[in-house]
Amino acid sequence: MNIQGENKTQNRILSLLPLWIVIGIFMIGPLLVMAVVSLMESNVYGGVHFKFSLSGYRQILFDTNLFDEIEFNPAYLIIIARSFMLALAATFLSLLIGFPAAYFISRQSDRVKNILIFLVTIPFWTNLLIRTFAWIIILGKGGVIESSFNFFGLLDEESSLNLMYTNSAILIGLVYSYLPLMVLPIYASMEKMDLRLLEAATDLYSNRIELIRKIILPLSMPGIIGGSILVFVPCLGAFIAPDLLGGGKKLLLGSLIQFQFSYARNWPFGAAMAMFLLALVILVLIFNARLNRKHREYANQK
Amino acid sequence: MQTKNKKTKFRYVWNFPGFGGWTAIFFGFLYIPIFILVCYSFNSSKFAMIWTGFSFRWYAKLFSNDDIQTATINSFIVAFAAAPLATIIATFSALALVRGGEFRFREFSSGLITLPLMVPEIVTAVATLIFFASLGINLGLINVIIAHTVFCIPFAFMPIKAALEAMDPNLELAARDLYSDKTSTFKTITLPLLTPGILSGFMLAFVISIDDFIITLMVAGGGATTLPVYIYSMVKMGVSPEVNAVSSLMLAFSIFIVTLYWFFNRKIKN
Amino acid sequence: MKGKLLKILVSISFLFFSTSVFAAGKLNLYNWADYTPEDLIEKFEKETGISVTVDTYDSNETLLAKLQAGGGSTGYDLAVPSQHFVEIMIKEGLIEKVDGIKDMPNYKYVADQFQGPSFDPNQDYSTPWQMGSASWAYRADSYSGNGSSMMEFFKPSDEVCGKVAVFKSPEEVVNMAHLALGSSFCSEDPNEMQAVMDLLIEQKKCVAVYSSEGINERLMSGEVIMHAHWDGYSQVGKWEGVDDLTYAYPKEGVVGWFDSLVMPKGAKNVEEAKAFMNFVMHPENMAMLSNFAAYANAIPESAKYLSDDMKNATNIQVPDGIPVKFGQACNKESQALIDKVWTKLMQ
Repeated sequence: MNIQGENKTQNRILSLLPLWIVIGIFMIGPLLVMAVVSLMESNVYGGVHFKFSLSGYRQILFDTNLFDEIEFNPAYLIIIARSFMLALAATFLSLLIGFPAAYFISRQSDRVKNILIFLVTIPFWTNLLIRTFAWIIILGKGGVIESSFNFFGLLDEESSLNLMYTNSAILIGLVYSYLPLMVLPIYASMEKMDLRLLEAATDLYSNRIELIRKIILPLSMPGIIGGSILVFVPCLGAFIAPDLLGGGKKLLLGSLIQFQFSYARNWPFGAAMAMFLLALVILVLIFNARLNRKHREYANQK
Repeated sequence: MQTKNKKTKFRYVWNFPGFGGWTAIFFGFLYIPIFILVCYSFNSSKFAMIWTGFSFRWYAKLFSNDDIQTATINSFIVAFAAAPLATIIATFSALALVRGGEFRFREFSSGLITLPLMVPEIVTAVATLIFFASLGINLGLINVIIAHTVFCIPFAFMPIKAALEAMDPNLELAARDLYSDKTSTFKTITLPLLTPGILSGFMLAFVISIDDFIITLMVAGGGATTLPVYIYSMVKMGVSPEVNAVSSLMLAFSIFIVTLYWFFNRKIKN
Repeated sequence: MKGKLLKILVSISFLFFSTSVFAAGKLNLYNWADYTPEDLIEKFEKETGISVTVDTYDSNETLLAKLQAGGGSTGYDLAVPSQHFVEIMIKEGLIEKVDGIKDMPNYKYVADQFQGPSFDPNQDYSTPWQMGSASWAYRADSYSGNGSSMMEFFKPSDEVCGKVAVFKSPEEVVNMAHLALGSSFCSEDPNEMQAVMDLLIEQKKCVAVYSSEGINERLMSGEVIMHAHWDGYSQVGKWEGVDDLTYAYPKEGVVGWFDSLVMPKGAKNVEEAKAFMNFVMHPENMAMLSNFAAYANAIPESAKYLSDDMKNATNIQVPDGIPVKFGQACNKESQALIDKVWTKLMQ
């Protein structure tokens, strides 16, 4: 018996070994190397000096100006704040658009439900770059929106609505990119909802808004929170939407990091920014885990 | 009579007016951009924005573009290497995690699997870039394949895990009595039953690999350009219907694989 | 099942195998976007049997970053940096010494003054590609200025404000700003750099987009009216149908550059790369390059193969009295200042 037990442990470890090796070396390894690089000194022409320095992190808040004086530099805080605001706005808009749709889908017959949910997931599996590119055709100068305005005589040929290269353009791109990720968890939590509760509730609350507020929203809360995190987190690190729709002049966290490795060649700062983003995401995930646990405890008490 | 009455009241309660219309708008929002993109790929004009007539010329041009073909071949090499690798790793992990009961590294291992999903893509991309650069490893496509294998693992894992959980363990127990040894039980019962799950996992991993852009952009060196990275350079050069054409083909391919996956999965469920 | 798996594995390994077998006749060229004529590549492939893959970048900085990130082996066999970046890459050990450039059969065609240029005095690393200038271009039909001053670009009038586009990377823009302000390239004077920064930040209010790619498409669609541009590329835009696209030769001067073929560290297809270097220096082939990209070159004999279009190209003729100042490799101090200015601008 004992031998068999050991055998079993051995088997499990053997089956998990490839996972540990691959993720350990090629996921955790790079993150560790990045953490080390974030603590080094940058080399003007790219790469790093192997010398310990906190300048990568210090640069997030303080900067030496051209005269070599250290001064408080709010610029990166502004980028961080912009990323936060845009990510929040995208999350909120996704919720606004996605919630009713998720509810509607969850109330269809099984057959229809399956098909609709499949339709929701399809965009998620297609190329994000291509889907963002589609918005250039729609928002761009002479694009679909402008030419239809022209067609209806709302806009003369010469003028432009200037839809591209704005925060709104980035926002639309973000919502479009991650909307399916909002709908799926909400749908999942609504599908499990007990219809009898709703039925009973109709006797209590005569009006529909009350019904949504008091019953449907609380019951789908785990889905709403889950969906919000699934949208919020990738929006924070978005690179494609700001790059293609933002005209490269409104940096977000993601594009700022990419910028350090392409044009600015400041690896330690880029790595420090990436560590910062990672820390933010971990915080959000911990917050989510807490909320989930509370929710479960609450449900259990009931 | 009573029940019918109740039912109408019930329906009245859980359907909100306007939600249906809203959902239609929602799907419109999701699909109209894709539809427009595909439409404009048939535009005969050189400029994507100005419609001048229907034509296949941009598709024809794709087939004479060597760089696109090289990039496409690269994409397939990467996906055909990374997806199976990820699927194999995911299968063994799923077997250990679902069938292995409670053991010490369980939580740790499931954490490892989901790690690539948690870390923002740009962070993974940058970290992998630094990693390969500081080790001085540049094996061309193999770098890309390694990076893809990592983030494909969780996608391959999900359907396999689901399939394993749905499988009746009694079947295996019964088989153990028949065949007595574990290996043949695995071969004759577990593996065949698990095959649809494994295939689903493979398909998801494949799609994710084919579509990946950011990580490949950062990691790929010379001669390792994949199709999305090539499309990115085309988009940067200006909006031409050729981009629409190659994008439409990519979309069609992804949708095809995912649809296949969906039918497959439905079969498993039934 | 087993058989199938085996088949898949075999076909995968075959894919690897096949790519490595044919690697002997391969060449990976890393070049600026829209800078490599297809017909030239086809001619080279036909003559030598070497198959060429072209990847593109949008700036010297991007190229430098990619070479730095390659960790000693980027996978590229050739790249095309400008003169000052060749210098930096030599210093940083990012490019290979190429044996026997001077002995290449076609080297004799290179004009005397371009043999052993200042950035590569012994011709150890580079062979000439194209040369031209950076300034800005405008659509004369929608802009009333005449491009006689750099300030028209940096302090755009209301007419074009919001319809200006600037290169994505600093090297040429900062130099253009230096020209506009009358300060010198690679300035280490913080006051001068502060003035550059102020100018660029002021300009940003009118900038629609920072990009170094798809410039002609952007001008063509009317998305922007004024765009940082290169002389030859703006000529190409003119050929492609933006008839009134005019390249500005401001009185302060334009930023000159000289692009060369170099071999990144760890290049695998050395002989193929050398064959390409030699091939490009042939007058007929160099003319193909110029006919495509509309830039001048260092091979005088190529003149007889130039197209009529090229001979009549108005955007690439430098008017008398307009200075062409070549970008230099800045030392680390001034490079750090440039990066700081640009980072401040981009945030």
